[in-house]
Amino acid sequence: MPQLLLELFSEEIPARMQAGAARDLERMATERLKAAGLTFEALTTFAGPRRLTLVVEGLPAATPDREEEIKGPKTSAPEQALEGFLRKTGLAREQLVERDGVLFAVVSEKGRATATLIPEMVERIVRDFPWPKSMRWGPRSPDSGSLRWVRPLKRIVCLFDGAVVPFDIDGIASGDMTEGHRFMGSGQPFAVKDFADYRAKLERDHVLLDASDRRLKILEAARAVCQARGLELVDDDGLLDEVAGLAEWPTPILGEMDPAFLDLPPEVVRLSMKVHQKYFAVSLPSQSGGSTAEGGEGGGRAQRLAPNFVVVANVAASDGGTALAAGNARVLSARLNDARFFWDEDRKVGFDVWAKKLEGVTFHAKLGTLAERVERIAALAREIAPLVGADADQAEQAARLAKADLASGMVGEFPELQGVMGGYYARLAPTPALQADPPHKGEGDGADLPPLDGEGGREADGWGDAVADAIRDHYKPQGPNDAVPTAPLTVAVALADKLDTLVGFFAIDEKPTGSKDPFALRRAALGVIRLVLENGVRAPMGSVSIYATSRAAEAADRLARSDDQWVRIMADLHGSVRTNLAGRLEKVLKGWNPYPDDGGSAHYAAVVQVQNVVADLLAFFADRLKVLLRDQGQRHDLVDAVFALGDDDLVRIVRRVEALGAFLETEDGENLLAGYKRASNILRAEAKKGPLPEGEPVALDGAPPEETALIAAVSKAGTEVDAALATEDFAAAMTALSHLRAPVDAFFTAVMVNSDVPAERDTRLKLLGQVRTVMGRVADFGKVGGRAFSPRGRRWLAERDG
Amino acid sequence: MPDVTTEPLSFQDLILTLHKYWGDQGCAILQPYDIEVGAGTLHPATVLRALGPRPWKAAYVQPSRRPGDGRYGENPNRLQHYYQYQVILKPNPEDLQALYLGSLEAIGIDPKLHDIRFVEDDWENPTVGAWGLGWEVWCDGMEVTQFTYFQGVGGIEVDVVSGELTYGLERLAMYVQGVDNVYDLRFNKDGLTYGEVFLENERQQSEANFHGYDVDGLKRRFEDMVAEVERFLAMTGPQGQALVLPAYDQVLKASHLFNLMDARGAIAVAERQSYIGRIRDLCKACATEWVEQERGRA
Repeated sequence: MPQLLLELFSEEIPARMQAGAARDLERMATERLKAAGLTFEALTTFAGPRRLTLVVEGLPAATPDREEEIKGPKTSAPEQALEGFLRKTGLAREQLVERDGVLFAVVSEKGRATATLIPEMVERIVRDFPWPKSMRWGPRSPDSGSLRWVRPLKRIVCLFDGAVVPFDIDGIASGDMTEGHRFMGSGQPFAVKDFADYRAKLERDHVLLDASDRRLKILEAARAVCQARGLELVDDDGLLDEVAGLAEWPTPILGEMDPAFLDLPPEVVRLSMKVHQKYFAVSLPSQSGGSTAEGGEGGGRAQRLAPNFVVVANVAASDGGTALAAGNARVLSARLNDARFFWDEDRKVGFDVWAKKLEGVTFHAKLGTLAERVERIAALAREIAPLVGADADQAEQAARLAKADLASGMVGEFPELQGVMGGYYARLAPTPALQADPPHKGEGDGADLPPLDGEGGREADGWGDAVADAIRDHYKPQGPNDAVPTAPLTVAVALADKLDTLVGFFAIDEKPTGSKDPFALRRAALGVIRLVLENGVRAPMGSVSIYATSRAAEAADRLARSDDQWVRIMADLHGSVRTNLAGRLEKVLKGWNPYPDDGGSAHYAAVVQVQNVVADLLAFFADRLKVLLRDQGQRHDLVDAVFALGDDDLVRIVRRVEALGAFLETEDGENLLAGYKRASNILRAEAKKGPLPEGEPVALDGAPPEETALIAAVSKAGTEVDAALATEDFAAAMTALSHLRAPVDAFFTAVMVNSDVPAERDTRLKLLGQVRTVMGRVADFGKVGGRAFSPRGRRWLAERDG
Repeated sequence: MPDVTTEPLSFQDLILTLHKYWGDQGCAILQPYDIEVGAGTLHPATVLRALGPRPWKAAYVQPSRRPGDGRYGENPNRLQHYYQYQVILKPNPEDLQALYLGSLEAIGIDPKLHDIRFVEDDWENPTVGAWGLGWEVWCDGMEVTQFTYFQGVGGIEVDVVSGELTYGLERLAMYVQGVDNVYDLRFNKDGLTYGEVFLENERQQSEANFHGYDVDGLKRRFEDMVAEVERFLAMTGPQGQALVLPAYDQVLKASHLFNLMDARGAIAVAERQSYIGRIRDLCKACATEWVEQERGRA
């Protein structure tokens, strides 16, 4: 079966675009072949520094003949309709076939030679190729229809079944000629016959076509050059992918650097190598095996770098790479000198100056400066500290220092080192950095804050490890695979940082939509959830969020409208919330009513605004939690069923979801759910006829035994459920409910709810209502069963309004 | 490091070699523009000639002034005044990459011995609203050239794509001569060093850049230059054309004044974007006018 080989040969394609280009080429070629009616056995694409290649195996020599019947007008249709149809099909009236009063045209299409279909197919792929960025070039660039490509396109190889498929795209004629390595090849273009010939000739001319071959060669050779000197390569997959896209004939070479540079933090050395020079770091042999590539996880420090690097050159130099390694070493040395300059200067400057600098740095136009954000995070960390077992003073202090390194020279150069550098500098800081006087004394707080220069964990040498660790790790977790900090102080600052981000952007209505999440709020929310769950933090997220939101809203509104009253209200709100942060949400809100006679006024509007933000935020948490639990195999509807209860303690929610999931998998659970739905349906139908009766059901004389049995069972289950929930023993609560299953089933089998006797109907509706209520204390069973999630948050606002 | 058989080029011979090479390719060898600029691209021979439909080939050395980069002559790699070698070919010839590699060989860099790489770097200069696609060219890990296919200038999409090459002359010379400190570069074959020519200049200019210039005076002159741009664009020459070339000169002066203010630390974070935006708008006004004139002359 014939083979198609296509090569699009260009000037250097950006490394980061190559993998995507291979995928796009595969997708587009598959679509085009299908659209042309061509089947194939296998389709493969390759991408490298100068070429995109497509090979399709097992194509037919021609498309099959096709006969198609096109439905036309009815025989009774007006003359114009018939004329139009004849024009469209190019047939005469007598060529049409009549069936059941309808005319049909039979159009037969001869199969076409595959080779004749290829030119248009390739042209469409080339012209429509979705490069992230593309350009015009050369003498043809003035033409509006001139070809766009990622960089100038130089050659097109197009062979079908061993023969050139001739065509021309914007002056580039297809052919069978390609080129090898830019410097190591023969220097002359050469002809290829088919894919096997192409691949072999490329390799002979020092081009490895397949990116995975290049990766493998780099990894093996890089490890080998290290091992030859008793060293270890520091693996880095991202870097490996990138350098595999920068060389057609990758050749790792070990270089040396001045060991004096190893005084710098290893993260700095590694990043200088990686970001600026695309070198791999090299480490001394690890004592007990297991060298971790990425630092940061606290473990990075355990690995000792060697005064070496691995550069992946694109040539096997004629001198074995001596000159090349020396040249690279000199460049690296200049880079590390720059880094050392920042390291030395930063340590002279220190936290006080940076803190001052942050006053001039805008975090977001609507959320104020970084200094203001630091104030909010510090206040929030202070409130969160007791909830996570951290010292409040120390948490505030760590938070106040956490963002300072953003103003340092090193982080300016390497933004990836935010936190990491702060950690180093805090450990080394020679003098106390905290100002006794916070830059912004809000009206509603400050007075009752303890003095900042108190017993904040300040030690003689630097800020102490706990504070330094908190500064270093407070950005974590940065993604689903990043480790979650466990040190209480770090947890407090990490939570405060993420919550301030979330409430801030929610307060100014910058929520993620669809695929757009420019402020990485989903990641922040997942971070909060993981910090809470993995550390078992018992925090009422609603109250914490109200506190955070009111502070952020204060900032947002001060900027937006300089409305003193609003600011005062917000200050009051977070002032009162902080006195009762551990309390349940409703109570916190009910307790806050500084202007009791001022309903419908600014204060009411303020509460509504904060409530809306918090409600949206809790719904957002629910959504993220659902994603997390779904990834762990939990049903998303169960999260809804539990969230609907209005709880905002994530740990409790997850425990409840787990217990509920286990219960619903039992036969009792499944049947009871059916009973619940039946009861709910009846109640809903009856509610339409008039108000449902309320109160305790009392068995009437002569009531069926199934009814009296259920009344007793519900009452008992209610007591047991309450007791179980009070101790958060959700498994026991489920067991209590399971005892309802038999009486509920029996009741529905034996008893008619809609009795003609009004007293009987009344009692039975009360009874069903009670079943629903008791079960509803455990979860909203109405949401179980795969219904779409609806944000619940507005609910308690509605209740307040009502 | 060139091969060992020939002596490495001195700084001035490097320039002369490039002049010869690009002159042979049909480039007009121009002299530096006589106004302070931050980059060789800003020379009207590049920024303005890249616009409009007429072909153009030129090469020149341009001193580049980056007041904030001064280090009092104490940093071996950073200067507030250095040289760029600038080549513009419009439209870009099909074999521009090969021509460029030829220029490296001409100055003694053997691509079989050294690692030459084209690493993605899409060049952009927001102050003149210019952008293009291309690479930074690495030689053994050092960026020696910016290689750009201009796609737009002054906020206007170009009629014809130019190829632009910007060589960092000091870096290239340091590389070729195997020197770690810029001031140790051999300037000529007579034992003169780069430091003997420029070290004192770096010391004095650094002090002036960081502490000397009168900020109020700079701000006043900036405003004056801005007013001049507008005035020149409103005036007409003998053929009725707007005086866009003198106007563009004033844009360059305003841009340099901004750089001086910046080095003096006189630009607040909040003001920065506004200054850059004003310069860009002036540049765009010049570019728009120039492109009209060029289309008329074509």
